[in-house]
Amino acid sequence: MAVAVTRAPARPFARPKAEHGFWSWISTVDHKRIGILYGVTAFLFFLVGGIEALLIRGQLAQPNGKVLTADEYNQLFTMHGTTMVFLVIMPLAAAFGNYFVPILIGARDVAFPRLNAFGYWVFLAGGGLLYSSFLFGGAPNGGWFGYAPQTNPTFSPGHGIDFWLVGLVVTGIGSLTAAANFIVTTLNLRAPGMTLMRMPVFVWMNLVVSFLLLFAIPIITVALFELYFDRNFGSNFFNANLGGDPVLWQHLFWLFGHPEVYILILPAMGIVSEVLPVFSRKPLFGYSVVVFSGIAIGFMGWGVWAHHMFAVGLGPVANSAFAASTMFIAVPTGVKIFNWLATTWGGDLRLKTPMLFALGFIGMFTIGGLSGVTHSIVPSDYQQTDTYYIVAHFHYVLFGGAIFGLFSGAYYWAPVVTGKLLDEKLGKAHFWLMLIGFNLTFGPMHVLGLQGQPRRTYQYPKGMGWDFWNLISTIGALTIALSILMFIINILKTARNPERAPQDPWDGRTLEWTIPTPPPEYNFAEIPVVHSRDDFWHRKYTEDETGRLVRIPAGGSDDAEDHEHHGHEEHGHGHGIHMPSPSYFPALASLGIMIVGYGAIYLKSGHWWLMAIGGVVVLAGIFGWGNEPLAEEH
Amino acid sequence: MRRGLGGHLRCLRVAAIPAVFVFLASCASNAPQDTLSPDGPIARKEGNLFLFVFAIAAVVFVLVQGLIIATVVRHRHRPGRPDPIQVHGNTKLELGWTIVPALLLVGVAFPTVFTIFDIAKEPTKNVLPVEVYGHLWWWEYRYPTLGISTANELHIPIKTDVRLSLHSIEPGLPAAKGEEFATGVIHSFWVPKLAGKQDVVPGRVNKLTIRAERADTYHGQCAEYCNLSHANMRLRVVSQEQAGFDGWVAQQRKPIDVPQSGDAAAGFALFKGKGTCIGCHTMQGVQGAVARVGPNLTHLMGRETFAGATFDITPENLHKWIENPSAMKPMRPEKGTGMPKIPLSDNEISQLVAFLTTLK
Repeated sequence: MAVAVTRAPARPFARPKAEHGFWSWISTVDHKRIGILYGVTAFLFFLVGGIEALLIRGQLAQPNGKVLTADEYNQLFTMHGTTMVFLVIMPLAAAFGNYFVPILIGARDVAFPRLNAFGYWVFLAGGGLLYSSFLFGGAPNGGWFGYAPQTNPTFSPGHGIDFWLVGLVVTGIGSLTAAANFIVTTLNLRAPGMTLMRMPVFVWMNLVVSFLLLFAIPIITVALFELYFDRNFGSNFFNANLGGDPVLWQHLFWLFGHPEVYILILPAMGIVSEVLPVFSRKPLFGYSVVVFSGIAIGFMGWGVWAHHMFAVGLGPVANSAFAASTMFIAVPTGVKIFNWLATTWGGDLRLKTPMLFALGFIGMFTIGGLSGVTHSIVPSDYQQTDTYYIVAHFHYVLFGGAIFGLFSGAYYWAPVVTGKLLDEKLGKAHFWLMLIGFNLTFGPMHVLGLQGQPRRTYQYPKGMGWDFWNLISTIGALTIALSILMFIINILKTARNPERAPQDPWDGRTLEWTIPTPPPEYNFAEIPVVHSRDDFWHRKYTEDETGRLVRIPAGGSDDAEDHEHHGHEEHGHGHGIHMPSPSYFPALASLGIMIVGYGAIYLKSGHWWLMAIGGVVVLAGIFGWGNEPLAEEH
Repeated sequence: MRRGLGGHLRCLRVAAIPAVFVFLASCASNAPQDTLSPDGPIARKEGNLFLFVFAIAAVVFVLVQGLIIATVVRHRHRPGRPDPIQVHGNTKLELGWTIVPALLLVGVAFPTVFTIFDIAKEPTKNVLPVEVYGHLWWWEYRYPTLGISTANELHIPIKTDVRLSLHSIEPGLPAAKGEEFATGVIHSFWVPKLAGKQDVVPGRVNKLTIRAERADTYHGQCAEYCNLSHANMRLRVVSQEQAGFDGWVAQQRKPIDVPQSGDAAAGFALFKGKGTCIGCHTMQGVQGAVARVGPNLTHLMGRETFAGATFDITPENLHKWIENPSAMKPMRPEKGTGMPKIPLSDNEISQLVAFLTTLK
C-alpha cells in the first residue's frame, strides 16, 4: 500500500517505537497482530463462557439442583449467551478475517489500519464493561435477548442490565468499524487480477457478514438505547402501562438477532469452503453457487426474524408469512451442504484435523438446519419454542456449526500464523472428544425439549422424566471441556516444539501459502498478480484433457521459496515498503469510551462526571489520531 | 490410524439408524409435559405436524450423514492413488438440489399454513371462557360466566372448548392513571399435552383454546423467561367430567366457614389483623378481602399445590412458607413482586396455618 508521508504537526505523544513486548501490542496497527489479539481475547472469553456453561450443566445435572441460586443461574445463562455470541464467535470470526482477508486478496494491510486497532480495543472495552459487572453488584440477568419489560428496573433491579446495555453498545461500535474496514479493504485493496469472482469464498463470506453487520448493528443499538432510556430517563418505549409496547423490543431485537445468526455462521461456512477443497485436492464444487447462496442467505436473513416470535400473538397471517420465509432460507443453506459434499466426492481426502472439523461441521450443521426447518412449522413451534429443543437447535448451528468451522480454521491456518503445525494426534483427540461430547450434551436436549422442559429454568422437579437426559447432557459438557483441554495442551506443546512447518504443508490453493511464515509485516514483498481463482494451486498444477491433475514441473513453488528468502531479512524497509506506523491513539480513544460507559451505567447515581472525563479522553484520542500521519518517515 | 478411523466411521454408520429409534423411543417415556403424547385436539394437530416434518427431516438426515460417511470411506486418501479428476461443478445437479428441497418445502408449507389458521379459529359451540392472569410468579384464573376465581390449578370440564384470554397484570405495583392495575412482564401459558404455548403480553390480550379429552391432571408452566423465579411459575390443569366440574364450581362459589374457636379462630384473626394478609389475598365472605396481589385463598385446601404450583400443600410447607417466603421461592417483595416476610411469631404462624388448613 502506498502511503503519502507528510510532515508531522505537533503531537502530544511521541510515536511508539516498540517492536516487541507489551507496548508494541497496545500500539500495533498490523492487521495480523490485531487478528492475533482478537483470537487470543476471544479464546479466553470462550474459556470463561465455557466455565459458565459447566456451572449451568452442574446445576441441571439433577432435579432440584443446589449448585446455584436462581439469581446466580439467571446471571450465568445471560452471560453465557452474551459471551458466546458477542465476545467469542463474532471476534473469532473477526480474528480470522483480520489476519487472512488482506493476505487472501494479496494486500499488505487493511484499508484503515488504525480504525482496525480501534475496533479491537473497543471490543475489549465492551467485553471488559460487561464482565466488570460481576465485581459491581451482579451481572445482567435478563437473558442474552433482554426482553422488555422484565429488564426494566422494577423487575431487574441493580445495574446488571445497564452493564449489559452499555457493554453491547460499545462492542457494537467495534463491530461497525470492523465491518466498514472489511468492506473497503475487500472492494479496494485486491491485488491486480483478483476479481470478485476469483476471491476465496472465505473473503466473500466475510464481505457478506460485513454488510450484515453494517445494517444489523444500528438496529440493536437503537433498541439498546431505547431500553437504556426506559431504565434511566423514564421513557416508555416498552412500557405497556403508558402506551409503550414490549413487542417493539422483540421486533427490534430479532430484526438484528436473526441476521446476527448469519453473521455468526457465514465466516465458518467460508472457512469450510477453503478447507474442503484443499484436503480433497479438488476445487470447490460450484464456486459461484456457493458464493451466491451465501449472498442469498444474507438477503433472506432479513425476512425471517418473527420466527422467534411465533407464540407472541402476531396473528395467523404474519405467522404464515414468516413460516414460509423461514422454510425457504433453508434452500440456499441446503445448496451449500450439497456443494460441499460434492467437493469431497471423488476427491483424495486427507483426513487431517482441519478436514475432520470441516466434515464435522457439515454433519452437525445439517442437524441444526433440519431442526431449524421444524421451527418454521409454526404449530409445532408453539410446542417447541422456549424449550430445550431450541437450545439443542442453536447449539447445533452455533457450536456444531460455527465453533467446529472456526476450529477447522485454527488447525488449518496455524502454520501461517505461527510457522508451526499443531500436533495431529492431539488434534484428532480434540476432534473426536469434541464430536462425542457435543452430541452427548446437545443431542439429548432435543428429547428434553420435546418432553416439555422449558429453557431458562434454574431448577426442575423430580418426576418430569427429564433426569436421565439431563445427566447425560452434563457428562457431555465435561467431555467437551476435556476436548478443549486437548486443544490447550496442543497449543502449549506446539509452542515448545522447535520444528517448523514446511512452507506449504497442506498443498494449499490460495495466496497465504505463497509467503513466508509467520508473514512479514508487509505480507508480500511484491504484490502478486492473480491469474485465476485458487491462483497458487494453478501455479503448481494444471489439468490434462480428462481433468486429471498434472504437476507443473519446477513450477510456481519456486517463487514461494523466493519469498521465504526475503523473509529472513529484518523488515520491509529494505524493500522500500512503507507500512503504517504504530499508534497509541486507537487504544486511548477506546479507553475513553469505556470510561464514558461507566458514567452511563452509573448516571442515575450521579456519576455523570465519569462521562465527562471519558469524553475528554475520547476527544484526546481522536484528536491525536487525526493529527498524526499514518506512517512516519524512516 | 487410517484403518482405525475408517472403522470408527463404519461403527457410526451402523449406529445412526438405531439412534433415530432410540431418539423416538426415549420421547415416549413417562413425562407429564411430553409434547408428543397429546390429550387434546390442538396439541395433537401440533404433534402430528411435527412427526410429519420429522419423518422428512430424518430422511434428509440419513441422506446427508450417509453421504459424509460414504465420501470418507470411498474417497479417503490411499497411497498410490492417482490425483482426483478436477470437477468444478455441475449445473444440472446444482439446479436439482436447489429445486427438489424447494418443492419439498412447498409440500410442508401447505399443511403448516392450514394448521396455523385451523388452530387460530375462534371456537363457537359450547365454549367456556376463562380469563388467565400471569403474575410474578403465579397464575390467576377468573371464570366470568361462573363468577369464580382460583389460582395455579385450572379446572376445566372435559370435551369442552375452553377459551383462554391471557393478561399480564401486577396489582402489587402502582397502576397508571385511569387503569385498575399495572401491567406485568411477559409470560407464556403452556400445558404441553393440551396445547402449544401462547405468550401473555402486557398491553394486549392473546387468546388460546384448550380442550381436554379425558379427566386427568395436566402439568404445565410458564415458558417465557419472566426473570427471577421463572422456574417456579408452574401450573396444573385439572380436567373433570361435567358433573365433577359443576360440583367444584359450586364449592368455589361458597364463602369460608369462619372458625369459631381454637388455633384456627386465632389464625383467622391474624389473617384479618396483624398478619395483614387481606391486604393482598381474596377471602370470600370476609369484609374487604378482595385484593388480587396474591392468590385467592378461599378454597386453598381444594388445591394440591401452592406458590405457582411449586410446593405440595402441607401444614409444614405452609408454615415454612409464611416464615420466609423468599427463602423457599426466590422473589423480590421489596420491589412489589412476591410475598413479603410478615413479622409473626412461630406460634402465630402455627395459628395462621391452622386457619388456612380449614379452607376446603
